[in-house]
Amino acid sequence: MDFSFSEEQELLRNSVARFLADNYAFDVFRKVSRGEPGWRRTIWKQFAELGLLGATLPEEYGGLGGGAVETMIAMEAFGRALVVEPYVPTVVIAGGLVRTAGTEAQKQEWLPRIASGDSVFAFAFAEPRGRYNLSDLTTTAKKRGTDYVLNGQKAVVIGAPFADTLIVTARTTGERRDAGGVSVFLVDARANGISRRDYPTMDGLRASDITFENVEVPVENVIGAPDEALPLVERATDEAIAAHCAEALGTMRMMQEVTVEYAKTRKQFGAPIGKFQVLQHRMVDMFMHVEQSASMTLMVTLKLGERAERRKKAASAAKVQIGNAARFVGQSAVQIHGGIGMTDELALGHYFKRVTMIDALYGNVDHHLARYASLRSQ
Amino acid sequence: MDLTFSPEEEAFRAEVRSFIAESLPPHLKGRIRRDLGTKEDYLAWHRELYKKGWVAPNWPKEYGGTGWTVTQRYIFNEECARAETPPILPFGVSMVAPVIYTFGNEEQKKKFLPRILSGEDWWCQGYSEPGAGSDLANLKMRAVRDGNHYIVNGQKTWTTLAQFADWIFCLVRTDPGVKPQEGITFLLIDMKSPGITVKPIIVLDGVREVNEVFFDDVRVPVENRVGEENQGWTYAKFLLLHERSGIAGVARSKKAIERLREIAAAEQVDGTPLIETDEFARKVAEAEIELTALEFTELRTLAAEAKGRPPGPESSILKIKGTEIQQRITELTLEAVGYYAYPDAHAFGENEYPVGPENAVGAAGVYFNMRKASIYGGSNEIQRNIIAKAVLGL
Repeated sequence: MDFSFSEEQELLRNSVARFLADNYAFDVFRKVSRGEPGWRRTIWKQFAELGLLGATLPEEYGGLGGGAVETMIAMEAFGRALVVEPYVPTVVIAGGLVRTAGTEAQKQEWLPRIASGDSVFAFAFAEPRGRYNLSDLTTTAKKRGTDYVLNGQKAVVIGAPFADTLIVTARTTGERRDAGGVSVFLVDARANGISRRDYPTMDGLRASDITFENVEVPVENVIGAPDEALPLVERATDEAIAAHCAEALGTMRMMQEVTVEYAKTRKQFGAPIGKFQVLQHRMVDMFMHVEQSASMTLMVTLKLGERAERRKKAASAAKVQIGNAARFVGQSAVQIHGGIGMTDELALGHYFKRVTMIDALYGNVDHHLARYASLRSQ
Repeated sequence: MDLTFSPEEEAFRAEVRSFIAESLPPHLKGRIRRDLGTKEDYLAWHRELYKKGWVAPNWPKEYGGTGWTVTQRYIFNEECARAETPPILPFGVSMVAPVIYTFGNEEQKKKFLPRILSGEDWWCQGYSEPGAGSDLANLKMRAVRDGNHYIVNGQKTWTTLAQFADWIFCLVRTDPGVKPQEGITFLLIDMKSPGITVKPIIVLDGVREVNEVFFDDVRVPVENRVGEENQGWTYAKFLLLHERSGIAGVARSKKAIERLREIAAAEQVDGTPLIETDEFARKVAEAEIELTALEFTELRTLAAEAKGRPPGPESSILKIKGTEIQQRITELTLEAVGYYAYPDAHAFGENEYPVGPENAVGAAGVYFNMRKASIYGGSNEIQRNIIAKAVLGL
């Protein structure tokens, strides 16, 4: 058993931390997230130069041959800096799907472009009435000659306003919510028949609701076996869950650190408020939540390669821990700061919003508690 | 003891309900639920109530109160919440007015109370300062006597809707040489006075709800002092007790749970309405049960008040439980809307249709915004200290 990073991983960790400290201060986040276009392509290219975008991709396709630990390292650092660029949809989802299930041609086409920062993806999987069920799909794809024709609607597609390619889940056969009959497509974001409604999200990202109306997708853009892609999608989203756990962990650590720091300096009743036992215990509980979250993030990261049932259990367990911790840590951090914690001016509120929104992503606490319980009883 | 309403009380409920149905402009129904609203949104409803004589149920009748029983006040609050009217903001009607009619002189009563009632004067609260939050008595804003005036210098903060205000009631330090609580004076200050600057503070959901207010050599006539110089702390505490008793928000929370049920009925989990799933149904039930307990605790307090007992330190229970329940409901609402918590409601214009279901709009914003509730009006930690000290004698 060994939980230490390799030399290369330490190097990656240090270089990301240094890069973000130099290029991603809080006021920069705020400016970028509120301005147009809502992200920075220059930063994205620099991520590529740092080796971040190819860290988890195979070397023969321009990557560095790393894996989930590298993603964890990047995402924890991103969480500390509130990075808005679409790393998860591009590297974890698109990179992961193509790497594990893509054809040789797809790998050659897409993986080098992901590693070099030339392709930016968004993951269109959620639907207005599907909640967290990945197979509750009303978007359909019907084969017509050498194309599939897509029709339907996708909800809250994060990063879609600046994606050049969409990963879209759709039903090719079967009934709504059937496990079988799900397929995954690579879709040109500028294809005819796609219309988007773009908007900023509560936590400073951009997203779109997307309508597909007779959108033609060539058959060679199907990832994996048609009709049988649900296991692929589940695997990709479990990997995304692990990544967002690491992100939330980074954000929670920041909240915990700035809160302790504030409690040491803010004086009321003639003493730093950190001297009051009721606040001390609350900060200790915050600290314990963060440490338990660090453990669960590591756990899920190291179990992503295991067989499906174990991987799913690990992902659900981690998502539950992170969701509960994020609520407690976020609410406590604001409470201990008092009024100043409610302001837009302080970074704290933005950390709080980011971790809060992560709970809804790929299923909230209740969803994953239920999934965990059903896997246990199997 | 009896829980049922008398025929007279039922008739009163019918009267309130039909009055609201006739006088509430349709565009104001639920207006303040999603975001702050405009000054006019609040005032339009205030004026309707004024015409009817129903602005200030908590005031003695001689100053324009309604003379209602506790039960009538309870019914009135329920009906307003049910119809989602804009609230009557507390700063004038529930905060400064009781201080003025209890401790002010005749001229002050004559000058200020009718204008509070009519909505002509909008009041804001000048209590907190950057260094005086939970430790309110530590306030530093200085007032120095100069003939018939006080010269006021310093800063207030977290001043709710100061951008709309005509007047501000302030705690100021008139004697720095004594115990903090002993050198405080209660002043009424015209917001149009030269030397006052209001600076916005934007809060988590992106709205300008609070402000910083700066005072630079502001001249305040001595006649605007309430009560005695250096006795302001007594009035301040009296006001805080009034603030706390109104803070439980039971009727509005009932309505919020009703809305939560509607949202959770529309949201589907694998074809089943979310509200019918065991897990979520139980959480909503739990919030409702907590709210029922709070409702009866509040009714007990009101009943005691009706018998002539002013609100005491136990009113802190109402503040703590009331705000915890309000926050819990916003948490469950956020949870219920799923992915549609994401869109930032402020990104859409007034006449633009929102992304996702109509009732998901603002769920996240309200959740973030309501984190303030356990901080304002004396943080919930401070309220627990009050109960520990003043009720339990610890």
